[in-house]
Amino acid sequence: MSEPATPLLEIKDLHTRFHTLDGTVNAVDGVDFDVYQGETLGLVGESGCGKSVTALSILQLLRCPPAEIQGRILFEGNNLLDLDREGIRKIRGNEISMIFQEPMTSLNPVLRIGEQIAEAAKIHKRMTRQEAWRWAVEMLRMVQIPGPGSRSKQYPHKFSGGMRQRAMIAMALSCNPRLILADEPSTALDVTIQAQIMSLMQKLKEEFNSAIVLITHDLGIIAEMVSRVVVMYAGKVVEEAPVKELFKDPRHPYTQGLLGSIPVIGRKEQTGRRLQEIPGIVPSPMETPLGCRFHPRCHKVMNRCQEQEPPMIHLAEHRRVSCLLEA
Amino acid sequence: MALLEVNNLKKYFPIKKGILSRTVGQVQAVDGVSFTLKKGETLGLVGESGCGKTTVGRSILRLIEPTSGQVTFNGQNLLRLEREELRKVRASLQIIFQDPFSSLDPRMNVGQIIAEPIRNHLKISKSEMRNQVAYLMERVGLHPEQMSRYPHEFSGGQRQRIGIARALALNPLAVICDEPVSALDVSIQAQVINLLAQLQEQMNLSYLFIAHDLSIVEHISDRVAVMYLGRIVELATDRELYQNPMHPYTQALLSAVPIPDPEIRKKKILLQGDVPSPINPPSGCAFHTRCPERKEICSREEPIFQNIGADHWVACHLM
Repeated sequence: MSEPATPLLEIKDLHTRFHTLDGTVNAVDGVDFDVYQGETLGLVGESGCGKSVTALSILQLLRCPPAEIQGRILFEGNNLLDLDREGIRKIRGNEISMIFQEPMTSLNPVLRIGEQIAEAAKIHKRMTRQEAWRWAVEMLRMVQIPGPGSRSKQYPHKFSGGMRQRAMIAMALSCNPRLILADEPSTALDVTIQAQIMSLMQKLKEEFNSAIVLITHDLGIIAEMVSRVVVMYAGKVVEEAPVKELFKDPRHPYTQGLLGSIPVIGRKEQTGRRLQEIPGIVPSPMETPLGCRFHPRCHKVMNRCQEQEPPMIHLAEHRRVSCLLEA
Repeated sequence: MALLEVNNLKKYFPIKKGILSRTVGQVQAVDGVSFTLKKGETLGLVGESGCGKTTVGRSILRLIEPTSGQVTFNGQNLLRLEREELRKVRASLQIIFQDPFSSLDPRMNVGQIIAEPIRNHLKISKSEMRNQVAYLMERVGLHPEQMSRYPHEFSGGQRQRIGIARALALNPLAVICDEPVSALDVSIQAQVINLLAQLQEQMNLSYLFIAHDLSIVEHISDRVAVMYLGRIVELATDRELYQNPMHPYTQALLSAVPIPDPEIRKKKILLQGDVPSPINPPSGCAFHTRCPERKEICSREEPIFQNIGADHWVACHLM
């Protein structure tokens, strides 16, 4: 797939801090990456590495203060961080929409499903009440909810987890967005339901030619869904690669550790029962280690990793790694 | 001989309504489950949420009182035991819980948590107890100096280690592991799984490993049982089950697991709809409403759980 020259979304040196009573938390600390039209980009890392905060910063869904967002988020060339409240509202749910992780808590329990989906169409497409409702039913049909007419009149508690996630997707797609930020869209679901949701997202993405930023810690989903991967650790990007290269030739010891630590069906005979471990835990963002943030857990750690912050080394287009082993 | 034998275990939860709390229905959470667990073996129990796998684990220990069935552990039928006898048996049949945040008492320090089972069952001196707790902490990869700390000072993975140390305090024969790693990050999951495997080798433990993640279950288990709506639909050695799944549900479940290798494009069997409610399970084979290969008989008759050779058991009319 040849990508168009200008990215749809460019994130440049994004810093998101939270000023708390206990001190400043640098949740996202100098992140940059691009997203091109029609592609699915994977954002990977363990909990607390800043993936969700990155997504929330793009749509400015964080209360400021305590949060403070700095850097540039260029969407079709315009910096979203320069927009006022009204400006970002026109983008949210319209040009860029978001699918949240928890289908149980991210729908409003006291509004009918149809109403929640119609809301965006009413605001952004200036549809009348009836038009928007009809549109909502159509969206529910598209995400394959049986009996969309009667289902649209129900409240979220009547929906199962998988159906709620479908409703969320319907809501996210209702204004035909250019970019969808999907934050762990299937983590709370069972595997058979997860497979339904993923195949649905893939199909709808192709239909609408939207771009997706897929945030997940599940490397299986990454391998199946995305074309390019950005790996984050403790608020920073540590590696970026096209998906096949990342799995074939992971360069950063953290990526290597992540790939080695997951059990793969049918591989026990070759690898034995011992899984590769990453010792220790993700550091608290209040006390990030000096030098390379991964050095206390790294099995290839060198003396200078403890003092020197590793530079980002560009190996090829969309192929970079931040590790002193490569320097 | 099997260490643990579960026979036709059932647990129905009554649904009560109205001011008189009359029973208006039943949730058939576990509906006739049978399996055996051998000495030193790991039996994986997989299924999606609501299939009854956790209820099976808790019913065996009688943390939930089962409705009917037999549970024979080390020659004793647990369901017939009096309170005091059951308490003694529980010393050698332990459990590790899913949520490392709510399964440790926040007001007890780590030393007290790990010592509690020992205090309940043995009479030993304070200094002996201290040594024993320190030894257990070292075994699970914790620092004994942290004995007087409280659970909130530990990370999720460390808390799960505390739970494991508590379960091993009385040298049990078998441990029921109820989703022990699903609340943990992948790199921490690997640490805990390696620890469980290592302890099993050293102590010749038997595990009943309950989980929804098929890759993890395959990795740790010798045999695997697949549950759907309160019943076991297939049971075989891990290799046989993953290479030669016979039940359409097992096939769909396995095909749905994303493979972390972008070079492999697997054909997925997409099941329609959701798992039906266990309050009113479908007639005949409970899976027939979602089965891509259903026949007319499937909605009428319940399939028999039968051995199709090589210790591979399936409950399906297609066999």
